[in-house]
Formats: sequence, C-alpha cells, structure tokens
Amino acid sequence: MSSGTNGSGPAVGSDRDGAAGGSDRDGAAGRSASLAVDGLVAGYGEVIALDGVTVMAGAGSITAVLGANGAGKTTLLRAVSGMIKARRGRILLADHDVAGRSPEQIVRAGIAHVPEGQGVIPELTVEENLRIGMMSWRRGPRAGRVAALEEEYARFKPLADRRRKPASTLSGGERQMLVIARALLARPRVLLLDEPSLGLAPRVMAQVMDLIVQLSRERGLTILLVEQNARSALAIADHGVVLNLGRVVASADAAILATDVALRHHYLGF
Amino acid sequence: MVEFLQFTLSGIVFGMIYAAIALSLVLIWRGTRLLNFAQGGMAMLTTYVAIEVIYKTHSYWAGFVIALVAGLILGAASELTVVRPTAGKPELNSVIVTIGLLIFFEGLAGILFGGQYRSFPAAFSVTGLRVSSTPLGVSRFDVFTVVAVLATTLILAVTFRYTTAGLRMRAAAFNATVARLSGIRVGRVLTVGWALAGLLGALAGVLVSPSTFLYPNSMDAIFVLGFTAAVIGGLDSPAGAVVGGLLLGVGLSYVGGYLNSDLTSLVALGVLVIVLMIRPNGLFAGARMRRV
Repeated sequence: MSSGTNGSGPAVGSDRDGAAGGSDRDGAAGRSASLAVDGLVAGYGEVIALDGVTVMAGAGSITAVLGANGAGKTTLLRAVSGMIKARRGRILLADHDVAGRSPEQIVRAGIAHVPEGQGVIPELTVEENLRIGMMSWRRGPRAGRVAALEEEYARFKPLADRRRKPASTLSGGERQMLVIARALLARPRVLLLDEPSLGLAPRVMAQVMDLIVQLSRERGLTILLVEQNARSALAIADHGVVLNLGRVVASADAAILATDVALRHHYLGF
Repeated sequence: MVEFLQFTLSGIVFGMIYAAIALSLVLIWRGTRLLNFAQGGMAMLTTYVAIEVIYKTHSYWAGFVIALVAGLILGAASELTVVRPTAGKPELNSVIVTIGLLIFFEGLAGILFGGQYRSFPAAFSVTGLRVSSTPLGVSRFDVFTVVAVLATTLILAVTFRYTTAGLRMRAAAFNATVARLSGIRVGRVLTVGWALAGLLGALAGVLVSPSTFLYPNSMDAIFVLGFTAAVIGGLDSPAGAVVGGLLLGVGLSYVGGYLNSDLTSLVALGVLVIVLMIRPNGLFAGARMRRV
C-alpha cells in the first residue's frame, strides 16, 4: 500500500552545522535521514489508537499526515517521539530503530517533536524558551550555543527583537515561529509538526507553510506534518498518508491524494 | 514603640524559618503538583543528624554542614524510592505516600534517638542584642537565622534565574511535555528538586530547634506554619513563599505579643482556612490560571 520513499527532497543539507561550532551528535549529524514507521501499534490504556501504522518518509521529504479528529495523527507523532510507548512495530531513523526509547533519548537521536498548540512556555522569556531547545546538546563551548541562537534569530527576526520579553507577549504566528525555532535548535534530522497552522490567520498560516518548505529544502529536514487543513498540507507535501481509526487508509504522492475526489470527500473534508 | 520593634524583629526571624519550609514545599509543588507532608519529618530527622554530629565532634559547624548534606540525600532518596513509583497514578496515592513517609520518619526518630525533648545548641549567643541599652528582642543567632535563610534563598533564586541548570528546572516545572521533548531528563530534575527541598528543611530544622527543643514531632507545628506561608504566597511562587513567611511570622508575632501567645496557632490555622477559601491561588496570584 505504501509507495515507500519518494525521494523528491534535496539530497543533503550540508551547510547547517557550520555556524554551530561543529557537531556533537553521534555519527551522522547534519545529514538528512529517512524515517520509517513500520507496523506501529500504540494506544492509551485499553484503547488501541494506532493499529499497525506504516509510514515511509524519505530523507529530506515532507510527508503530510491527514485524517479526521481521532484518526490517530497526534498519537502517531507522540509514539514516534517516545511520549507514548510503541507496543509493537519499529521506528527507524535512517536504519536505527528508536522504538521503545525515551523522549529524551529520541530527541538526542535526531527527532524533534513540536506538539500541538502548547509548546510556548509563557512564564519564560523568548530566549529562555529557545535555550530549552539546546538542552539535548552535550556540553560544548558556550560560543557554539550563542552562534546557534543567533542563527535562529537571523531567520526569525521578530523573535530577535523580543528576545528578553516574556513569551506570553508573542502573537500566534510568533509563537509558532518560537516553537519551530526551538525544535530546530535541537539540531534534528527529522521534524514532527503537529497542527502548526492551528489558530493562525490565513496570511500567517501561509508563512508557516512556506517556512516548512524552506526547512525541508535548505536544511534537508525530513518533516512529518500533521494537519487538519489537508488542502494546504498537500500543497506543500511530497507524500501524503491518510489515517482513519488508527489505520492507514491511503498513502501516495501528495499530488495524487489531492486529486482523489472520493478520498477527499470521505476523509479530508475538502 | 520598643515593644513594636521587638515584636516585628522576632516576627521576621520566625518568618524566615516559615519561609524556608514554605520554599521547600514550593520547590516540590512546582515540579509535581504534590504537597510533601513529610517535609517536617525530613527536617526533624536531619536535625537529629546535626545534634548527633555536634555531640560527637564538638563542632557546631560540622553538624550544620552534615545536616544540610543529609537533607539533600534524604530528599533525593525519598523521591527515588517512595514517591517516584506513584508518578502517573491518582494524585491521592502520592499524598498518602508522603503522609506515610512522615509517620515513618517520626517513628524512626523515636527508635533511633528516643522520644525525649532534647535541647539543640545555637551557633551564636542567644542573649538579646541591644542598641544603647534598648533590647531589640533578637539575638545574634536570630540574625544568623535571617542571614542564612536569605542567603540560601538568594543562591537558589540566582541559580534558577541565571543558570542552565536553573532553566532546566523551570522548564520541567512549567511544562514537563516540552521539557521531555527537548531532551531534559525530567525525572532527574524532580530528584534535584526534592534534594533541594530536603536541604531547606534541614536548614529550617537546625535554625528553629534552639528555640523549640528537638523531639520526633517537633517540626509538625513548624510544618503547618510553613505550609500556611506557602499557601499565602500561592504555592507556585518562590518569592511568594518568602513574602508569605515574613507576613505570617510578623503577623503571628503581633498576635502573640499584643493579644495572647496561646492564640497564635489558632490564628495561623484561621489564616490558612481563609486564604484557601478566598484566594486559593495565593495572595499574589496573577490573573492567569494554571494550564491543565
């Protein structure tokens, strides 16, 4: 059913570790990596929320994860990042199975998860929020951290202007920038985004979508994008997976999914 | 006028003790939403450690330092062995576990050290200071008490505010999900929180015991007052805990001084009930309610 990796992303993101004072992650820091979720079973208590889900995300590609509320989209991301235990199945980062590891270990392995709508810590300043993103780093020179921060500030100018302000003063779009920038500071190879457009004005939402494309093209990030808004997600994705009641009901090129009238009507609501 | 000054100063001294206990409760509350009923028991046990070391070594400072270290260890050990297994279970479980821990500590102290009242030495003279023959109502040791608690509080505040370790603890307290997803070992942070709470408890125990005697239940009343101070401050706020401690200490000192010293515990409990009824988030709570 799955068409496997479609490999349409850029091959290698090579420039991103230059400013960050070298790599400190095991092995392949800075290189793109594929993510393969294979037969994943997970749930909450008695409830099976994911029942044998398989998703192949090629290195550097964007995969849209779609489906109605309760389809298992968020659970899929939570299982990949280790927030809930996978009961069966494998989660391969490059060729390395991370299933069963703790979230702390998984982020160190190179998978960063931006949870839905709750990521900003309003009591902390913008900069403190960002520094949390570097907690997974091993001890390294301070200069490397400062450089990494500045790199994100250069990309996200509004954050730079408000770095000493409480994060509670940010707008919705700025908050989304903040949590994405924080995830990037963990120097991931795979980025899991849960409803990044939720609650944003259409114009801001378009900016966020552009940003996601940029991250995949420039940094070679492999992105799993969970979206309620299927139309905009498929517009930027290489590949799409549709979940229903914890199972994959469709998996194909984004362009094909976007034109499948029956599928759209049944599961995607547009 | 002199009386007022004396009541105020001695109120501040006791207020700092309440503040130390309150702060220890806040440290644990912020991380786990758990009220540590064993806090007084931990303080009492480490104060016994201090008194034993002082008798063995004839050095007050050896006892003082070892008590603080014992507090760190006891706090961390309590979290790891007894509290950790209740994580993710109904909240009542962990509450009952800390009450059980309190009973265990008090029983253990009775077995190891006996139930009799023991006097605890002070580091400095406990005779009252005077300013040109006017008695201030506080001693050199009282001054030490205030300085010790203030210094500890300040060190903690600076650590939390300006260091990476402090940021890690704040992040874990405010949003454990984000903290874990960012690679923070939240479990380890909680252990450190309990260790610091144990240290603060030990400090409070060593500082208050010269004026209360030491026995297995000696910290119970202090715990209630520290808890009241923490509630006044809002349980979530380290600064609130210190202010709450001072308000309570000074207020009770006036009650005891001008009205009747038998009334102080009654008034304290009254304050506790009233604050919990009217401002359950503390007197200094902002508009924002906590996220679930």
